[in-house]
Amino acid sequence: MPTLPSSLSPSGPPGSPLRASERFLRRRALWGSFAGGCLLIAAASSVFVTLGIVYVLITESMGFFAQVPFLDFLTDTQWTPVFENAHFGVMTLVSATVTVAGIALAVSIPAGLALAIYLSEYARREVRETVKPCLELLEGVPTVVYGYFTLLFFTPLLQTFIPGLEGFNMLGPGIVMGIMILPYTASVSEDAMRAVPSGLREAGYALGYSRFRVAMRVVVPAAFSGITAAFILGMSRAVGETMVVAIAAGQNPNFSFNPTEGAATITAYIVQMAMGDLPHDSIAYQSVFAAGIVLFVITLTFNLIGFFLRRRFKEVY
Amino acid sequence: MMKADVPQATLPDLAGIVDANRRTDLIMAGIGILVLIVAMSLLAAVVIDLILGGWPRLINPDFYLNFPSRHPLQAGIVSAWVGTILVMLVTAGIAIPLGVGAGVYLEEYAARNWITDFIEINVSNLAGVPSIIYGLLALGLFIHGFGLGETILTAGLVLALLILPVIIVSTREAIRGIPLDLREAAYGLGADKWQTVHLYVLPAARSGILTGTIVGLARAIGEAAPVITIGALTFIAFLPPSPLQANPPFINFEWLESPFTIMPIQMFNWVSRPQAEFHINAAAAGVILMLMTLAMNGIAIWLRYHLRRQIR
Amino acid sequence: MKIPVHFVMTVIALSITASVSTVSARDLVKIDGSSTVFPITEAMAEEFQKAERGKTMVTVGISGTGGGFKKFCRGETDIADASRPIKESESKMCQENKVDYIELPIALDALTVVVNPKNDWVDHLTVEELKKAWEPEAQDTVNNWNQIRSSFPDRPLKLFGAGTDSGTYDYFVEAIVEGKSSRGDFTASEDDNVLVQGVTNDLNAMGFFGLAYYEENKSKLKAVSISWKGGKPVGPSVDTAKNATYQPLSRPIFIYVNKDAVDKKPHVKRFIEFYLNNDHAQTLVREVGYVPLPTKAYTMALDKFTKRLTGTVFHGAEVGVGIEELLARVPQ
Repeated sequence: MPTLPSSLSPSGPPGSPLRASERFLRRRALWGSFAGGCLLIAAASSVFVTLGIVYVLITESMGFFAQVPFLDFLTDTQWTPVFENAHFGVMTLVSATVTVAGIALAVSIPAGLALAIYLSEYARREVRETVKPCLELLEGVPTVVYGYFTLLFFTPLLQTFIPGLEGFNMLGPGIVMGIMILPYTASVSEDAMRAVPSGLREAGYALGYSRFRVAMRVVVPAAFSGITAAFILGMSRAVGETMVVAIAAGQNPNFSFNPTEGAATITAYIVQMAMGDLPHDSIAYQSVFAAGIVLFVITLTFNLIGFFLRRRFKEVY
Repeated sequence: MMKADVPQATLPDLAGIVDANRRTDLIMAGIGILVLIVAMSLLAAVVIDLILGGWPRLINPDFYLNFPSRHPLQAGIVSAWVGTILVMLVTAGIAIPLGVGAGVYLEEYAARNWITDFIEINVSNLAGVPSIIYGLLALGLFIHGFGLGETILTAGLVLALLILPVIIVSTREAIRGIPLDLREAAYGLGADKWQTVHLYVLPAARSGILTGTIVGLARAIGEAAPVITIGALTFIAFLPPSPLQANPPFINFEWLESPFTIMPIQMFNWVSRPQAEFHINAAAAGVILMLMTLAMNGIAIWLRYHLRRQIR
Repeated sequence: MKIPVHFVMTVIALSITASVSTVSARDLVKIDGSSTVFPITEAMAEEFQKAERGKTMVTVGISGTGGGFKKFCRGETDIADASRPIKESESKMCQENKVDYIELPIALDALTVVVNPKNDWVDHLTVEELKKAWEPEAQDTVNNWNQIRSSFPDRPLKLFGAGTDSGTYDYFVEAIVEGKSSRGDFTASEDDNVLVQGVTNDLNAMGFFGLAYYEENKSKLKAVSISWKGGKPVGPSVDTAKNATYQPLSRPIFIYVNKDAVDKKPHVKRFIEFYLNNDHAQTLVREVGYVPLPTKAYTMALDKFTKRLTGTVFHGAEVGVGIEELLARVPQ
């Protein structure tokens, strides 16, 4: 095979500028791989975070589950892990979490849906462009502020209407949280609805439907998976909320679904325990992680369902 | 077609239907606007309640320069806002390289296989994990596992991990918005992968990335739960050591190991005290905290607008 | 990128201006423990830092007496705030970690039982009635006021009390339940402020915490007089604590100091001397709402500190011991 004369080869005759280009190419490739490697590590970091969370939750609560029968953990209706008459029924905390989240959803689903329908079907573009950032503002308020507002302003307000309402209760935080998660429920639903092709709408109008009918009979069913995803994400957010409930719903683990009472949610319990000292091998420390596992599993389930639903509605259109 | 069997709509019938439709439309629009009004009133109520509640302290310059004190009228937020700034420095320093790097990798380098899918699901899940779980991660791993103390470094670390998903997602969306032409032009000029990314794509995606970063930091500023979990609820009446010093090497890292407090925790601290005078302080702290968050969101919006114009 | 650079510069400039007063490494006094003692230590820390003109930093945590001791015996803190004496198990842990401590009573507390100010059916309670409400057997069974005393109205019983990490909890349980633990179904918090808020907002509430938190919030709370061993009911106040008529809930509260820290860190020594200074103690303790010890007691405490006498004078739990007798005992 004839070889190229040295003056034409990429490496060139010794000392020629072309030799430098080979060095350049190699160096550039090296930097490129190094950069790529760094970026890969960055991407992997997110996986490490999840692994870290799962690892910590499991190992730190192992001691707890060694002592507490799993059935008790799931069925007992009292949660008093650090007392002599110790009970370890996590359902006590879950009942409060469910009640508060339930109230939040009862507020947020109708409100969010109505708002989403209004924004996607009725409102002009300018109105929509101004309203959506305003909704985002709701989300930008630090949750400590919402907690303060609920405890010192909203609960007393509610107490004038509802005489039996206790100072620490689940109704106030539930309602405030419902409005707090409107950016999730309304905005994401609205995105899903707008993704529905206008062809479907126009078919409805051609049949003589009112806007309302088009919205309810055509758009909402079409965007159903996206809307459900929005509510599930909102629910996940409500379940994971800490400060509002810690400040306004009280810190008494109380197996109750009664909104006029106060009760500690999973998150409130964790924060309350964390404010004391938690030596590594105490039952208090371990109970915190046991509660944490339950919380993580609940929100993981919601997040996964929401993720796949959202993906589905994005793919369909 | 049996025309006679199909009931014909008469003009009055049609007019009736149209009227009924118009009515339902109006009602529906009304409900939507009502919901909007209720939501905005809540926001307004929160803001007004805070401002009115905290007014006496807000207009007093001492409030911004004083340390917390047992005397409500003398208590101030200087250790809190300095603490917030220092913690944000650490948070940004960790979250931005990691988040932008991960976003770039996922958009530019990663193949469409199950590993990438898995990372995507993972990031999406992390975005929805409650902030207090991050606090538990920090408690179990950073404090008891690695032996880091209740310091600014630990707080910055846990908040960085918290906002990592936000930064990753916004980086990806920003990069996704860059048209293929730019990349192909770069390749045409002889650039390799990394050069294309850092000389062409990233600068073009600047505005989206910056916006996402600032939004993430704005979220981190208001987070109290994970920082309480690592044990920051103490009486702090001093400032962490300054990062700059008079003698070489002119920068020290002592401040990373310092005890600290941050704005949301100081507010939480004051809210928990039953004396009404402390609630005034809490309200004032809340206003400042909201202003900080609003300012950051405002900067993000302005940057997005300003930088987007540059590209056009 | 112009704007981010400016942003970074502004932040650095702010850090400089904010930290102008700090040039070199500063001395730190780390304190943690009782939420009851916290107001006193906070006051002392504030005044001390002012006196030292920023040369010394003092941090004060509220992990509860138990939590404070755990950190203290691990050597993580210099001083432990405690609203009860150190337990045997804690003393042993300190020994195992080679932490020698100096036990210093610094004030008297009249542990106050409170109800909502609009509560019109309680004006005094006997210790037996309190025990009925708080003992472990009451968990899930005693839920109504009329189960405490049949003449009380039919109203749900809402309880607020210190958490298990709290010295207040330990002392209350020791004095009232005469055991080691209480029922678990109540709002438990190491943060006494949460308890005050709970009782203030709930008509059916009963709670207990240190006198200072009652004095600070008198308009929002109603104190309950306690009748001990069939005696006349006595209400909590500075005077009844001083003359020891308010029983069994009068108690000394303490700080425990790490002897090594005192020897090695002159700023810790200065802080304790500031704390035990009779003028400071009399004003600040009173200001906060607790009962200052008699002057002689502070002198004896300072003396004990100067001599670095370590160990505790308590062996097993004790209720109702006078202050000067305590200081006269030799620590072991």
